[in-house]
Amino acid sequence: MPRTDTLTRQEARLAYRLISPTLLIVVVVVVLPVVWTISLAFQDVRLINLRDAGFFGEYDVDNFATVFGSSGFWSSLWTTVVYTVGATLGSIVIGLIAALALRKPFRGRGVLRAAMLLPYVAPVVAATFVWTVALNPQFGIVNDWGTRFLGWDEPVPFLSQRDYAVGLFGVDVTVPLALLTVIAFEAWRYFPFAFLFIIARLQALPGELDEAAVVDGTSIWQRFRYITLPQLMPVIALLTILRFIFTFNKFDDIYLLTGGGAGTEVVSIRVYEFLTARTDIGAAAAQSLVLAGVLTVFIAIYMRTAAARGETS
Amino acid sequence: MSVDTVAAAPPAESPRPPSGRGRSYPRSREERAWGTLRVLTIVVLAFVTIVPFVYMLVLSVRPIAEVLLEPGRLWVSPSEITTDTYREVLTPVDDGGQGFLGYMGNSALIATVTVIVTLIASVLGAYAVSRLDFRGRGASGYLFLMVYLFPPILLAIPLFVLFSQLSLRGNLLALAVVYVAQTVPVAIYMLRNYFATIPVSLEEAALIDGCTRFGVIRRISLPLSMPSLIATGLYVFMIAWNEFLFALLFLVERRDNWTVSLALSRLSGSIEVPTTVLMAGSVVLTVPIIALFFLAERMLVEGLTSGAEKG
Repeated sequence: MPRTDTLTRQEARLAYRLISPTLLIVVVVVVLPVVWTISLAFQDVRLINLRDAGFFGEYDVDNFATVFGSSGFWSSLWTTVVYTVGATLGSIVIGLIAALALRKPFRGRGVLRAAMLLPYVAPVVAATFVWTVALNPQFGIVNDWGTRFLGWDEPVPFLSQRDYAVGLFGVDVTVPLALLTVIAFEAWRYFPFAFLFIIARLQALPGELDEAAVVDGTSIWQRFRYITLPQLMPVIALLTILRFIFTFNKFDDIYLLTGGGAGTEVVSIRVYEFLTARTDIGAAAAQSLVLAGVLTVFIAIYMRTAAARGETS
Repeated sequence: MSVDTVAAAPPAESPRPPSGRGRSYPRSREERAWGTLRVLTIVVLAFVTIVPFVYMLVLSVRPIAEVLLEPGRLWVSPSEITTDTYREVLTPVDDGGQGFLGYMGNSALIATVTVIVTLIASVLGAYAVSRLDFRGRGASGYLFLMVYLFPPILLAIPLFVLFSQLSLRGNLLALAVVYVAQTVPVAIYMLRNYFATIPVSLEEAALIDGCTRFGVIRRISLPLSMPSLIATGLYVFMIAWNEFLFALLFLVERRDNWTVSLALSRLSGSIEVPTTVLMAGSVVLTVPIIALFFLAERMLVEGLTSGAEKG
C-alpha cells in the first residue's frame, strides 16, 4: 500500500513538472493580465500616466459609470449581439448545407473539399482586403457585375453605408447594409470550420438507420429531419458555442473591413478606440470586462438550456 | 432515440415502388429534385470559395490602369500580365519598394519560434493530461475555456501596459510569447486526443525495460504521433502567421519589425500604393499558408476534428 502511494505521488509530481511550462505561460500572459485588467478598470489610467500605472492605485468606479452612461456603449453591445448571432447562425447553416452536399462521393470532391477550406485558412488581412476591393463602388467587381448583369441602378456602398433602402415586393425596407455585409463576410470565412466538424460526424454515422428508413418509404427530407439531424445535434451544439464565443470577441474582421464605421462598431472595436485614439486605458479595461461578463452570462444561459434539453450529452 | 422518431414520422407523401431494392429503379422525381439542388449548391459553394482567390491572383498581375478601365474582368490576356507589382511589393523600402520580403522574414521568424515553443510545452502538457494521474487533471479543460473566453482585446490592454513599461513593445520575441499562450491550449487539445490512441501497453513495456518517462515520450509517444505533431505545428504556424490584433498593437511603431499581415493592413489605408501592388502583397501573404495547408490537409483536418466523430 505505501509503495503504490509513493508511485502515485511520483506520477503526480512528474505530471506537474510536465505541465508547468504551459501553466507558466498561461499564467503570465492570460491570468495575470485578466487580474490586471480588473485592477485597471477601477483606476484612472491614461497613456500619459502609464509609466506609474501599477496594480494598486486609487480605486473607484468612475470608468464603469462612464461606460454604462454612454449611449454608444449600449448600441455597440447590441451590434455585437446581432453580429454574433447572425454570423454564428450563418456559418453553421452554410457549413451544414455544404457538408450535406459533399457527403456522397463524386468526381472532384477531394479538390472541392480542400478548396472549401480556403476562406478559413487564408490570412484575415488578405481575405478582408480582397472583399474591400471586390465591394468597392468605383472599381470593385461586385458592383461592376451588379450594374452590368443584375440591373442595379447604381453601385452599392456595401461597407460604408449604414442604412440602405431596398424595394422588397413593392415595399421599401431599410436594412443595416454594412452590418449585414460584415455578417456575410464572417459566415463566409467560418462556414468551413462548421463544414469540417459536421462532415467528419456525417461520415462516421452508421448507415443502417438510413437504409431501414429508405425501405420504410420515407422521403429524403424526412430522413434528414428525423434521422440525420438529430444525430448531428451534439456537434452542432458544440459548434454553436465555439463560434459564439469566438465571434463575440472578434476584432480583426470588422476592424479591417469597415474600421467600425457605418453601424458596425462592436464592443471590441470600441475598446480598441478607447485604448489607442482616446488613450483612456481605464475605460477600455472596464468595457472589455463588461464584454467578457456579458459573454459569460450568455454561455451560462446556453449551458443551462442545453443541459435541460440533454443536448450536450 | 432515432428509432422512435422514425416510427413517429408521418408517412411518405410519394409512396415508393413496393420493392425494397429501390436503388435499381429509376430515380424518383423527389430524388432528381434534390439531386439538382445538390449540384447547384456545389457549384455555388465552389464559386464563392474559389473566385475571391482567383480575383486576388488576377488583380495582382493586371496593370492598375487596365483594372480601372475594366474592373469586372476575371481573366488576363498573356500580353497584359505584369510582374512589376510583385517587384514593387517585394523590394526593400530603401530601394523604393514596399519591403514585403523583410516583413515575410519577420512573420516566418515569429511563427517558427511560436511553433517550436508551443510544441515543446504542449507535448509535455498533453502527455501529462492523457497519461498521468494527478490532482487538477480534470481542471485542465477549463484552461482551454479560460484562454479563449476572454476577448483578446481584454488581454491586450494590460499586455500593452506591461510591454510599454518594459520597453518590449516592438519586440518580435515578446510577441511570440503572447502567441504561444494563445496556441498552447488548442495544441494540447489536439495532441491529447492523439496520445490517447497510442496503446498504453507499449509504454508500460518500455517502463518495465527501464525507460524513464521522458524516455517514453521521446522514444515512443513522439515517433508514433509524428503525423499529429506535424498537423498541430502547422495549425499553430497558421495562427501565428495570420495573427493581426496583437501585431497591430505591439509592432505598429516599429516598421522594420512589421509582419506581412500588419504591413498589408497599414498600406491598404494609404492611397499612394496602387491596389494591384497590394493585391500582389495579399498573394505573397496568402500563398505560403495555402501551400503548407495543401501539403498537410488530411493530417490537419483529422487532427482538428478527431473529437467530433465521437460526437
